[in-house]
Amino acid sequence: MFEIFTELATWLVVDVFGLSKATKLGDALHFFIEDTTKIFFLLLVMIYAIALLRASMNVERVRDYLAGKNKGVGYLLGSSFGAITPFCSCSSIPVFLGFTSAGIPVGITMSFLITSPLINEVAILLLLSLLGWKFTLLYIVVGMSVGILGGAFLDAIKAERWLQSFAAKALARGQNSSAGLQSQGINTLSFKERHNYAKNEMLEIFGRVWKWVIIGVGLGAALHGFVPDGWIQQHLGDGQWWSVPAAVLLGIPLYSNATGVIPIMESLIKQGLPIGTTLAFCMSTVAASFPEFILLKQVMQWRLLAVLFLLLLSAFTLIGWIFNLLSPFI
Amino acid sequence: MKNIKILGTGCAKCTKTAELIEKIANELSIAIQITKETNPEVIMEYGVMSTPAVIINEVNVHSGSIPNTKAIESWLKA
Repeated sequence: MFEIFTELATWLVVDVFGLSKATKLGDALHFFIEDTTKIFFLLLVMIYAIALLRASMNVERVRDYLAGKNKGVGYLLGSSFGAITPFCSCSSIPVFLGFTSAGIPVGITMSFLITSPLINEVAILLLLSLLGWKFTLLYIVVGMSVGILGGAFLDAIKAERWLQSFAAKALARGQNSSAGLQSQGINTLSFKERHNYAKNEMLEIFGRVWKWVIIGVGLGAALHGFVPDGWIQQHLGDGQWWSVPAAVLLGIPLYSNATGVIPIMESLIKQGLPIGTTLAFCMSTVAASFPEFILLKQVMQWRLLAVLFLLLLSAFTLIGWIFNLLSPFI
Repeated sequence: MKNIKILGTGCAKCTKTAELIEKIANELSIAIQITKETNPEVIMEYGVMSTPAVIINEVNVHSGSIPNTKAIESWLKA
C-alpha cells in the first residue's frame, strides 16, 4: 500500500524536476520525498487512531496503578506503561516526583522514564513502515529490557540514597502512608470527547515532530545519496568491536527524539552498517542526552546521575555487541 | 482578586498558558495576579504530575495541557 509514495516521488523527481534517479542528487531527493510524504501521512492517520483508543490513559492513573505493586512485576509494568503513556519530556521531573511521593520505588519509576523516550507510538509506526516488523519487534524487546533491567539495577544498588533530600523525604513519606493516594476513579469518555482529544493530540504531536522528520529524513537522504556506495559497508560493515562504543559516544552530544533518528537508522542500515552498531547509535542519541540530565539534577545528586549515565552507555554498548554477534541469525 | 499560579518546569506550553490567561483576563477586565511556579518541590506539593497546571486561589482547576478559552473564562468569572 506504500507504493503510491514511491510513485509520487518518482513522478516529482523525474517528470517535474527532470532529474535522473541514477544521479546522486536525484537519488537523494527521491529518498527524501518518498520518506517524508509517507511518514507525514502515517503520522496524521495513526496518531489520531491511537489517541482515540488511549484517550483515558494518563500518568495519574499509571501512578495509582503502580503504587503498591511488588517489585518483580513493577519493573515490567513500569516499562510497559513508559512505552504507551503519553507525556511531554518537559513533564519528566513532575512525573518522577509524583511517582516518588506515592512511594513507588526509584527503580520502577526509572523503568518508566528510561523506556518512555525509546518507545512510543510514533517510533513504532516509523520502524514498521521503514524497517519492517521483525526489526520493530526487536527494537521493542531491547528498549523494554533496558528499562526493566536498568530499573532493577538502580534498586539493587539502593539508588534512593542519592536522591536530592526533599525527593528522598517524599519517597519515605509515600512508603509509610499506604492510604495516601486519592485515586481519580475511572472516567468514561464519550465518543465526542475522545474525538476532541485525538484531534488535539494529532495536531499537537504533528506540530512537534514534523521538523524532526524533515531533519532526520534530510540527513538520511544525504547519507543515502552522498556517502560513497560501499564506504560504510567496507569500513564498518564487519561490526568491528570498537565501532559500537564509538557509535554510542557519538550519539551523546547528538540530541534527537526517536522520530528524527529512525529515518537515519533506515539509511545507515541500507548502507550496510551492522544492525547492532545502528541500534547502539540511535538509542544513545534518543535516551542519553545532556539537556535531560541537567533537568534530572533537580531531583538527583551527581552520583546517581553519573551511575545512570554510565548504566545507559554500557547497556547500549552491550546491545550493539550482542546484535552484531547475532545479526547473521536474525 | 484572583491569585493564579501556573505550575510547570519552564516548558513552552506553560508560558503560553500564562499568556492566554492574562489576555483573557484583560479582555474581561478582571483583576488577577499571575505567577509562574517552576520549583519542582512546590509542584510536587500540589500533587501535580502533568504540566502545565493551573492553580486558582490554591485550588487545582486544570492540569496537563493548555486550557481552552471557554474553560479559562468560566474560572475567571466564577
